[in-house]
Amino acid sequence: MSATTLSEALVAVLLLASGVLSLIAALGLLRLRDFFQRMHAPALATTFGTWCAALAAIVYFSTLGSQPALRAVLLVVLLAITAPVTTTLLARATLFRQRAAALLEREPEAPGSDRSA
Amino acid sequence: MTVLSLAIAVTLACFALAIVLATLRVLRGPTAQDRVLALDFVYLNAMLIVLVLGIEHASSMYFEAALLMALFGFVSSTALAKFLLRGEVIE
Repeated sequence: MSATTLSEALVAVLLLASGVLSLIAALGLLRLRDFFQRMHAPALATTFGTWCAALAAIVYFSTLGSQPALRAVLLVVLLAITAPVTTTLLARATLFRQRAAALLEREPEAPGSDRSA
Repeated sequence: MTVLSLAIAVTLACFALAIVLATLRVLRGPTAQDRVLALDFVYLNAMLIVLVLGIEHASSMYFEAALLMALFGFVSSTALAKFLLRGEVIE
């Protein structure tokens, strides 16, 4: 078994792992009950699935070009920085909206309440 | 058909199925937050599809497109979440 075949097998396994993880995340997004439960599912694809795909790209282009091609790490780093920001903002928005809805339900015509959101 | 091309085809099918399932959540989602979350997931999967297509065609041009998609997905999801939080994006 030559080195090229071995690297191709490694790339195939990593790609399959990425696809299966993304599928599990989508199933979790569809099947879980609450929004705060559903928020956990896409993190599987954001972290682990993207890691697998980026590693596959690194291995593939490194064997193709005979020098290490580490550019795909940039993608993982970018997602690691940006994904928690989006998730935190969405969680805060959900908490705010749920609280505002509960307040609106308790006092429909509260004087001085400017909760138009 | 080599092992790698078969694996690439199966992976692309997995991503496409994941996008379809997330689209179901976008259509069904009881609240706006669910839809934003599912749209963010669709964006992520499209980016992964572009990355895998770059492996399939052995071209590094796809990588820049994937990077841009990750960036725009972050910006759009953050803008939507900010809009849900305050009713306006920039204040």
